[in-house]
Amino acid sequence: MEDASPRTDSSTDADTEDKMSNQLQGIGASDGSDKSRDQKTLRRLAQNREAARKSRLRKKAYVQQLESSRMKLTQLEQELQRARQQGIFISSSGDQSQSIGGNGALAFDVEYARWLEEHNKRINELRGAVNSHAGDGELRIIVDGVVSQHDDIFRIKGDAAKADVFHILSGMWKTPAERCFLWLGGFRSSELLKLLINQLEPLTEQQLLAINNLQQSSQQAEDALSQGMEALQQSLAETLAGSLGPTGSSGNVANYMGQMAMAMGKLGTLEGFIRQADNLRQQTLQQMHRILTTRQSARALLAISDYFSRLRALSSLWLARPRE
Amino acid sequence: MEIVREVARKNAAVIFTKSWCCMCHSMKALLYELGASPAVYELDQHVNGTQMEWGLRALGCCPVVPVVFIGGTLVGSAEDIISLHVDGSLKHMLINAKAIWL
Repeated sequence: MEDASPRTDSSTDADTEDKMSNQLQGIGASDGSDKSRDQKTLRRLAQNREAARKSRLRKKAYVQQLESSRMKLTQLEQELQRARQQGIFISSSGDQSQSIGGNGALAFDVEYARWLEEHNKRINELRGAVNSHAGDGELRIIVDGVVSQHDDIFRIKGDAAKADVFHILSGMWKTPAERCFLWLGGFRSSELLKLLINQLEPLTEQQLLAINNLQQSSQQAEDALSQGMEALQQSLAETLAGSLGPTGSSGNVANYMGQMAMAMGKLGTLEGFIRQADNLRQQTLQQMHRILTTRQSARALLAISDYFSRLRALSSLWLARPRE
Repeated sequence: MEIVREVARKNAAVIFTKSWCCMCHSMKALLYELGASPAVYELDQHVNGTQMEWGLRALGCCPVVPVVFIGGTLVGSAEDIISLHVDGSLKHMLINAKAIWL
Protein backbone atom coordinates (compact mmCIF):
# COMPACT_ATOMS: atom_id res chain seq x y z
CA MET A 1 0.00 0.00 0.00
CA GLU A 2 1.66 3.11 -1.10
CA ASP A 3 1.22 6.41 0.40
CA ALA A 4 1.79 8.72 -2.44
CA SER A 5 1.22 12.30 -1.49
CA PRO A 6 1.39 14.29 -4.65
CA ARG A 7 3.28 17.52 -4.44
CA THR A 8 1.07 20.12 -5.97
CA ASP A 9 2.96 23.40 -5.86
CA SER A 10 -0.02 25.41 -6.80
CA SER A 11 -1.78 24.37 -3.68
CA THR A 12 -0.35 24.95 -0.28
CA ASP A 13 -3.51 23.71 1.26
CA ALA A 14 -2.57 20.85 3.54
CA ASP A 15 -6.15 19.65 3.58
CA THR A 16 -6.12 18.95 -0.14
CA GLU A 17 -3.03 16.84 0.20
CA ASP A 18 -4.57 14.95 3.03
CA LYS A 19 -7.72 14.38 1.02
CA MET A 20 -5.73 13.02 -1.88
CA SER A 21 -3.65 10.66 0.24
CA ASN A 22 -6.84 9.46 1.89
CA GLN A 23 -8.29 8.73 -1.51
CA LEU A 24 -5.19 6.85 -2.48
CA GLN A 25 -5.19 4.93 0.71
CA GLY A 26 -8.82 4.23 0.06
CA ILE A 27 -7.95 2.88 -3.37
CA GLY A 28 -5.00 0.93 -2.09
CA ALA A 29 -7.10 -0.61 0.60
CA SER A 30 -8.97 -2.78 -1.91
CA ASP A 31 -7.83 -6.10 -3.27
CA GLY A 32 -4.74 -6.92 -5.39
CA SER A 33 -6.26 -6.38 -8.83
CA ASP A 34 -6.10 -2.67 -8.05
CA LYS A 35 -2.36 -2.69 -8.62
CA SER A 36 -2.88 -1.80 -12.28
CA ARG A 37 -5.28 0.91 -11.18
CA ASP A 38 -2.55 2.24 -8.90
CA GLN A 39 -0.16 2.36 -11.79
CA LYS A 40 -2.68 4.17 -13.94
CA THR A 41 -3.29 6.59 -11.14
CA LEU A 42 0.42 7.21 -10.68
CA ARG A 43 0.84 7.80 -14.38
CA ARG A 44 -2.07 10.19 -14.38
CA LEU A 45 -0.62 12.08 -11.44
CA ALA A 46 2.76 12.30 -13.13
CA GLN A 47 1.11 13.64 -16.27
CA ASN A 48 -0.82 16.16 -14.23
CA ARG A 49 2.36 17.35 -12.60
CA GLU A 50 4.00 17.71 -15.97
CA ALA A 51 1.02 19.58 -17.40
CA ALA A 52 0.94 21.90 -14.41
CA ARG A 53 4.64 22.60 -14.77
CA LYS A 54 4.31 23.42 -18.45
CA SER A 55 1.34 25.60 -17.72
CA ARG A 56 3.33 27.57 -15.19
CA LEU A 57 6.15 28.04 -17.67
CA ARG A 58 3.75 29.26 -20.36
CA LYS A 59 2.16 31.66 -17.93
CA LYS A 60 5.56 33.04 -17.04
CA ALA A 61 6.49 33.51 -20.69
CA TYR A 62 3.17 35.23 -21.39
CA VAL A 63 3.61 37.63 -18.52
CA GLN A 64 7.11 38.49 -19.69
CA GLN A 65 5.77 39.17 -23.17
CA LEU A 66 3.07 41.42 -21.74
CA GLU A 67 5.66 43.40 -19.80
CA SER A 68 7.85 44.01 -22.82
CA SER A 69 4.82 44.91 -24.95
CA ARG A 70 3.79 47.40 -22.32
CA MET A 71 7.19 49.06 -22.57
CA LYS A 72 6.98 49.15 -26.36
CA LEU A 73 3.51 50.63 -26.16
CA THR A 74 4.76 53.43 -23.92
CA GLN A 75 7.55 54.13 -26.38
CA LEU A 76 5.17 54.21 -29.31
CA GLU A 77 2.80 56.52 -27.50
CA GLN A 78 5.64 58.95 -26.95
CA GLU A 79 6.62 58.75 -30.58
CA LEU A 80 3.03 59.28 -31.61
CA GLN A 81 2.85 62.36 -29.46
CA ARG A 82 5.99 63.73 -31.03
CA ALA A 83 4.80 62.89 -34.56
CA ARG A 84 1.45 64.55 -33.91
CA GLN A 85 3.10 67.73 -32.75
CA GLN A 86 5.32 67.85 -35.75
CA GLY A 87 2.78 66.61 -38.21
CA ILE A 88 5.76 66.00 -40.43
CA PHE A 89 6.52 62.48 -41.41
CA ILE A 90 10.19 61.67 -40.94
CA SER A 91 10.75 58.28 -42.44
CA SER A 92 12.80 55.61 -40.78
CA SER A 93 15.49 54.08 -42.97
CA GLY A 94 13.13 51.43 -44.32
CA ASP A 95 11.01 53.65 -46.51
CA GLN A 96 13.37 55.92 -48.40
CA SER A 97 12.86 55.26 -52.05
CA GLN A 98 14.92 56.37 -54.98
CA SER A 99 13.88 59.76 -56.22
CA ILE A 100 13.91 59.04 -59.90
CA GLY A 101 13.50 62.61 -60.98
CA GLY A 102 16.62 63.46 -59.02
CA ASN A 103 16.62 67.06 -57.94
CA GLY A 104 13.05 67.77 -58.97
CA ALA A 105 11.55 65.15 -56.71
CA LEU A 106 13.83 65.86 -53.79
CA ALA A 107 13.32 69.60 -54.04
CA PHE A 108 9.57 69.11 -53.95
CA ASP A 109 9.77 66.79 -50.95
CA VAL A 110 11.71 69.44 -49.07
CA GLU A 111 9.28 72.19 -50.06
CA TYR A 112 6.35 70.05 -49.10
CA ALA A 113 7.82 69.32 -45.68
CA ARG A 114 8.35 73.02 -45.13
CA TRP A 115 4.80 73.77 -46.26
CA LEU A 116 3.47 71.17 -43.85
CA GLU A 117 5.28 72.80 -40.95
CA GLU A 118 3.84 76.18 -41.82
CA HIS A 119 0.43 74.68 -42.32
CA ASN A 120 0.45 73.06 -38.90
CA LYS A 121 1.36 76.37 -37.29
CA ARG A 122 -1.60 78.07 -38.91
CA ILE A 123 -3.90 75.23 -37.99
CA ASN A 124 -2.84 75.54 -34.36
CA GLU A 125 -3.52 79.25 -34.54
CA LEU A 126 -6.95 78.51 -35.97
CA ARG A 127 -7.63 75.93 -33.28
CA GLY A 128 -6.71 78.45 -30.62
CA ALA A 129 -9.03 81.05 -32.12
CA VAL A 130 -11.94 78.60 -32.37
CA ASN A 131 -11.46 77.32 -28.82
CA SER A 132 -11.26 80.81 -27.41
CA HIS A 133 -14.51 81.72 -29.19
CA ALA A 134 -12.89 84.41 -31.30
CA GLY A 135 -15.14 86.71 -33.29
CA ASP A 136 -16.07 86.08 -36.92
CA GLY A 137 -13.81 88.84 -38.15
CA GLU A 138 -10.71 87.34 -36.59
CA LEU A 139 -11.69 83.84 -37.66
CA ARG A 140 -12.21 85.01 -41.22
CA ILE A 141 -8.68 86.34 -41.41
CA ILE A 142 -7.15 83.12 -40.17
CA VAL A 143 -9.39 80.95 -42.36
CA ASP A 144 -8.48 82.99 -45.42
CA GLY A 145 -4.83 82.53 -44.51
CA VAL A 146 -5.17 78.76 -44.38
CA VAL A 147 -7.09 78.70 -47.67
CA SER A 148 -4.48 80.78 -49.43
CA GLN A 149 -1.85 78.44 -48.04
CA HIS A 150 -3.69 75.53 -49.62
CA ASP A 151 -3.54 77.40 -52.92
CA ASP A 152 0.20 77.68 -52.44
CA ILE A 153 0.73 73.95 -52.24
CA PHE A 154 -1.38 73.35 -55.33
CA ARG A 155 0.80 75.78 -57.21
CA ILE A 156 3.97 74.11 -55.92
CA LYS A 157 2.58 70.71 -56.85
CA GLY A 158 1.79 71.96 -60.32
CA ASP A 159 5.35 73.09 -60.87
CA ALA A 160 6.67 69.81 -59.49
CA ALA A 161 4.37 67.85 -61.80
CA LYS A 162 5.85 69.67 -64.77
CA ALA A 163 9.32 68.68 -63.63
CA ASP A 164 8.55 65.10 -62.60
CA VAL A 165 5.00 63.92 -63.10
CA PHE A 166 5.76 60.37 -62.00
CA HIS A 167 7.02 61.47 -58.62
CA ILE A 168 3.75 63.28 -57.90
CA LEU A 169 1.73 60.44 -59.35
CA SER A 170 3.60 57.90 -57.22
CA GLY A 171 2.62 59.61 -54.01
CA MET A 172 6.04 58.87 -52.55
CA TRP A 173 6.06 62.37 -51.13
CA LYS A 174 3.16 61.33 -48.89
CA THR A 175 3.29 58.95 -45.95
CA PRO A 176 2.36 55.28 -46.47
CA ALA A 177 -1.11 55.41 -44.96
CA GLU A 178 -1.97 58.46 -47.08
CA ARG A 179 -0.85 56.56 -50.12
CA CYS A 180 -3.61 54.02 -49.48
CA PHE A 181 -6.08 56.63 -50.60
CA LEU A 182 -4.06 58.06 -53.46
CA TRP A 183 -5.99 59.17 -56.49
CA LEU A 184 -4.25 60.97 -59.35
CA GLY A 185 -1.51 62.30 -57.11
CA GLY A 186 -3.63 63.39 -54.15
CA PHE A 187 -6.76 62.93 -52.09
CA ARG A 188 -10.32 62.43 -53.32
CA SER A 189 -12.38 65.51 -52.55
CA SER A 190 -15.59 63.50 -52.67
CA GLU A 191 -14.33 61.24 -49.86
CA LEU A 192 -13.18 64.22 -47.83
CA LEU A 193 -16.63 65.77 -48.07
CA LYS A 194 -18.24 62.53 -46.96
CA LEU A 195 -16.09 62.60 -43.83
CA LEU A 196 -16.85 66.23 -43.15
CA ILE A 197 -20.62 66.10 -43.42
CA ASN A 198 -20.96 64.62 -39.94
CA GLN A 199 -18.43 66.98 -38.43
CA LEU A 200 -20.05 70.11 -39.78
CA GLU A 201 -23.38 69.96 -38.02
CA PRO A 202 -25.49 71.92 -37.51
CA LEU A 203 -26.07 72.68 -41.17
CA THR A 204 -29.14 74.35 -42.57
CA GLU A 205 -31.18 72.31 -45.00
CA GLN A 206 -29.94 74.50 -47.81
CA GLN A 207 -26.36 73.92 -46.77
CA LEU A 208 -26.86 70.19 -46.46
CA LEU A 209 -28.32 70.07 -49.95
CA ALA A 210 -25.49 72.16 -51.34
CA ILE A 211 -22.81 70.03 -49.68
CA ASN A 212 -24.42 66.84 -50.96
CA ASN A 213 -24.58 68.28 -54.46
CA LEU A 214 -20.96 69.30 -54.17
CA GLN A 215 -19.98 65.83 -53.08
CA GLN A 216 -21.85 64.34 -56.02
CA SER A 217 -20.34 66.77 -58.52
CA SER A 218 -16.91 66.07 -57.16
CA GLN A 219 -17.45 62.36 -57.52
CA GLN A 220 -18.72 62.74 -61.09
CA ALA A 221 -15.66 64.73 -62.08
CA GLU A 222 -13.37 62.20 -60.37
CA ASP A 223 -15.02 59.37 -62.29
CA ALA A 224 -14.67 61.25 -65.56
CA LEU A 225 -10.97 61.87 -64.98
CA SER A 226 -10.47 58.24 -63.97
CA GLN A 227 -12.06 57.12 -67.21
CA GLY A 228 -9.71 59.32 -69.17
CA MET A 229 -6.74 57.82 -67.31
CA GLU A 230 -7.94 54.31 -68.13
CA ALA A 231 -8.25 55.28 -71.76
CA LEU A 232 -4.71 56.63 -71.60
CA GLN A 233 -3.38 53.39 -70.12
CA GLN A 234 -5.12 51.34 -72.76
CA SER A 235 -3.95 53.57 -75.55
CA LEU A 236 -0.38 53.45 -74.26
CA ALA A 237 -0.48 49.67 -74.01
CA GLU A 238 -1.81 49.35 -77.52
CA THR A 239 0.85 51.64 -78.89
CA LEU A 240 3.65 49.69 -77.24
CA ALA A 241 2.20 46.33 -78.20
CA GLY A 242 1.88 47.57 -81.76
CA SER A 243 5.60 48.09 -81.95
CA LEU A 244 6.23 44.43 -81.24
CA GLY A 245 7.07 42.34 -84.24
CA PRO A 246 9.88 40.53 -86.08
CA THR A 247 13.09 42.48 -85.60
CA GLY A 248 15.71 43.24 -88.18
CA SER A 249 13.97 44.90 -91.08
CA SER A 250 14.50 48.63 -91.45
CA GLY A 251 10.77 49.15 -91.90
CA ASN A 252 10.18 47.81 -88.44
CA VAL A 253 12.84 50.04 -86.93
CA ALA A 254 11.12 53.09 -88.35
CA ASN A 255 7.83 51.69 -87.07
CA TYR A 256 9.33 51.16 -83.64
CA MET A 257 10.64 54.68 -83.44
CA GLY A 258 7.37 56.12 -84.65
CA GLN A 259 5.45 54.21 -82.05
CA MET A 260 7.89 55.20 -79.33
CA ALA A 261 7.37 58.81 -80.34
CA MET A 262 3.62 58.32 -80.08
CA ALA A 263 3.98 56.70 -76.67
CA MET A 264 6.11 59.62 -75.52
CA GLY A 265 3.36 61.99 -76.57
CA LYS A 266 0.86 60.03 -74.56
CA LEU A 267 3.01 60.04 -71.45
CA GLY A 268 3.19 63.78 -71.84
CA THR A 269 -0.55 64.10 -71.29
CA LEU A 270 -0.26 62.67 -67.77
CA GLU A 271 0.68 66.06 -66.41
CA GLY A 272 -2.63 67.42 -67.68
CA PHE A 273 -4.52 64.83 -65.68
CA ILE A 274 -2.67 65.67 -62.47
CA ARG A 275 -3.35 69.33 -63.13
CA GLN A 276 -7.08 68.78 -63.57
CA ALA A 277 -7.21 66.50 -60.53
CA ASP A 278 -5.63 69.26 -58.44
CA ASN A 279 -7.93 71.79 -60.08
CA LEU A 280 -10.86 69.66 -58.98
CA ARG A 281 -9.52 69.54 -55.42
CA GLN A 282 -9.03 73.26 -55.30
CA GLN A 283 -12.43 74.08 -56.79
CA THR A 284 -14.18 71.68 -54.44
CA LEU A 285 -12.56 73.25 -51.39
CA GLN A 286 -13.39 76.75 -52.62
CA GLN A 287 -17.00 75.84 -53.25
CA MET A 288 -17.19 74.27 -49.80
CA HIS A 289 -16.07 77.51 -48.22
CA ARG A 290 -18.71 79.40 -50.20
CA ILE A 291 -21.41 77.17 -48.77
CA LEU A 292 -20.24 77.31 -45.15
CA THR A 293 -20.21 80.12 -42.62
CA THR A 294 -16.88 81.37 -41.34
CA ARG A 295 -17.15 79.34 -38.18
CA GLN A 296 -18.14 76.22 -40.09
CA SER A 297 -15.24 76.73 -42.48
CA ALA A 298 -12.89 76.99 -39.52
CA ARG A 299 -14.19 73.72 -38.09
CA ALA A 300 -13.97 72.08 -41.50
CA LEU A 301 -10.33 73.08 -41.91
CA LEU A 302 -9.53 71.77 -38.44
CA ALA A 303 -11.31 68.48 -39.16
CA ILE A 304 -9.47 68.02 -42.45
CA SER A 305 -6.14 68.81 -40.86
CA ASP A 306 -6.78 66.43 -37.96
CA TYR A 307 -7.74 63.67 -40.32
CA PHE A 308 -4.53 63.93 -42.30
CA SER A 309 -2.51 64.26 -39.10
CA ARG A 310 -3.93 60.96 -37.95
CA LEU A 311 -3.05 59.32 -41.24
CA ARG A 312 0.49 60.56 -40.86
CA ALA A 313 0.65 59.35 -37.26
CA LEU A 314 -0.64 55.97 -38.39
CA SER A 315 2.14 55.87 -40.94
CA SER A 316 4.71 56.54 -38.24
CA LEU A 317 3.31 53.75 -36.09
CA TRP A 318 3.30 51.42 -39.02
CA LEU A 319 6.92 52.09 -39.88
CA ALA A 320 7.99 51.71 -36.25
CA ARG A 321 6.12 48.45 -35.74
CA PRO A 322 8.15 45.54 -34.31
CA ARG A 323 9.08 43.03 -36.95
CA GLU A 324 10.23 39.44 -36.48
CA MET B 1 -13.56 80.80 -87.16
CA GLU B 2 -16.84 80.92 -89.03
CA ILE B 3 -17.08 77.19 -89.34
CA VAL B 4 -16.61 76.85 -85.60
CA ARG B 5 -19.32 79.38 -84.83
CA GLU B 6 -21.59 77.67 -87.32
CA VAL B 7 -21.14 74.32 -85.62
CA ALA B 8 -21.64 75.89 -82.19
CA ARG B 9 -24.85 77.59 -83.29
CA LYS B 10 -26.40 74.47 -84.73
CA ASN B 11 -25.96 72.32 -81.63
CA ALA B 12 -27.09 72.76 -78.06
CA ALA B 13 -23.79 71.31 -76.90
CA VAL B 14 -20.61 70.69 -78.87
CA ILE B 15 -17.27 69.23 -77.93
CA PHE B 16 -14.21 69.43 -80.16
CA THR B 17 -11.82 66.53 -79.62
CA LYS B 18 -9.02 64.55 -81.16
CA SER B 19 -9.29 60.79 -81.41
CA TRP B 20 -6.21 60.09 -79.29
CA CYS B 21 -6.88 62.78 -76.66
CA CYS B 22 -7.72 61.16 -73.35
CA MET B 23 -8.67 64.35 -71.56
CA CYS B 24 -11.30 64.72 -74.30
CA HIS B 25 -12.49 61.27 -73.32
CA SER B 26 -12.88 62.49 -69.72
CA MET B 27 -14.84 65.59 -70.66
CA LYS B 28 -17.13 63.60 -72.92
CA ALA B 29 -17.72 61.18 -70.05
CA LEU B 30 -18.62 64.04 -67.74
CA LEU B 31 -21.12 65.55 -70.19
CA TYR B 32 -22.70 62.14 -70.80
CA GLU B 33 -22.91 61.62 -67.05
CA LEU B 34 -24.92 64.83 -66.81
CA GLY B 35 -27.30 63.50 -69.44
CA ALA B 36 -26.09 65.59 -72.34
CA SER B 37 -25.46 64.25 -75.83
CA PRO B 38 -23.02 66.77 -77.22
CA ALA B 39 -22.15 66.80 -80.90
CA VAL B 40 -18.62 65.43 -81.11
CA TYR B 41 -16.21 66.82 -83.72
CA GLU B 42 -12.92 64.94 -83.94
CA LEU B 43 -10.51 67.42 -85.47
CA ASP B 44 -8.09 64.75 -86.68
CA GLN B 45 -10.84 62.70 -88.31
CA HIS B 46 -13.26 65.29 -89.62
CA VAL B 47 -13.03 66.44 -93.23
CA ASN B 48 -13.01 70.08 -92.07
CA GLY B 49 -10.85 69.30 -89.07
CA THR B 50 -7.91 71.50 -89.98
CA GLN B 51 -10.12 74.51 -90.61
CA MET B 52 -11.89 74.01 -87.32
CA GLU B 53 -8.57 73.74 -85.52
CA TRP B 54 -7.43 77.06 -86.95
CA GLY B 55 -10.74 78.57 -85.94
CA LEU B 56 -10.39 77.34 -82.37
CA ARG B 57 -6.83 78.60 -82.09
CA ALA B 58 -7.94 81.96 -83.43
CA LEU B 59 -10.49 82.08 -80.63
CA GLY B 60 -7.61 81.63 -78.20
CA CYS B 61 -8.28 78.03 -77.28
CA CYS B 62 -5.15 76.55 -75.81
CA PRO B 63 -5.01 73.57 -75.54
CA VAL B 64 -7.03 73.27 -78.72
CA VAL B 65 -8.84 70.19 -77.42
CA PRO B 66 -11.05 69.51 -75.60
CA VAL B 67 -13.16 72.61 -76.18
CA VAL B 68 -16.83 72.83 -75.29
CA PHE B 69 -19.57 75.14 -76.57
CA ILE B 70 -22.97 75.25 -74.91
CA GLY B 71 -25.88 77.16 -76.43
CA GLY B 72 -23.54 78.69 -78.98
CA THR B 73 -21.27 80.14 -76.28
CA LEU B 74 -17.67 79.13 -75.75
CA VAL B 75 -17.40 77.45 -72.37
CA GLY B 76 -13.74 76.52 -72.57
CA SER B 77 -11.28 73.76 -71.87
CA ALA B 78 -11.21 70.93 -69.33
CA GLU B 79 -10.15 73.34 -66.59
CA ASP B 80 -13.17 75.57 -67.22
CA ILE B 81 -15.55 72.67 -67.49
CA ILE B 82 -14.45 71.20 -64.18
CA SER B 83 -14.67 74.55 -62.41
CA LEU B 84 -18.15 75.22 -63.76
CA HIS B 85 -19.25 71.71 -62.92
CA VAL B 86 -18.16 72.00 -59.31
CA ASP B 87 -20.04 75.23 -58.65
CA GLY B 88 -23.14 73.90 -60.37
CA SER B 89 -23.08 76.30 -63.33
CA LEU B 90 -22.41 73.66 -65.96
CA LYS B 91 -25.67 71.86 -65.31
CA HIS B 92 -27.61 75.14 -65.49
CA MET B 93 -25.98 76.05 -68.78
CA LEU B 94 -26.90 72.68 -70.22
CA ILE B 95 -30.49 73.02 -69.04
CA ASN B 96 -30.81 76.55 -70.43
CA ALA B 97 -29.47 75.43 -73.78
CA LYS B 98 -31.86 72.50 -73.71
CA ALA B 99 -28.94 70.12 -73.94
CA ILE B 100 -30.40 68.26 -70.97
CA TRP B 101 -33.81 68.09 -69.39
CA LEU B 102 -34.60 67.46 -65.74
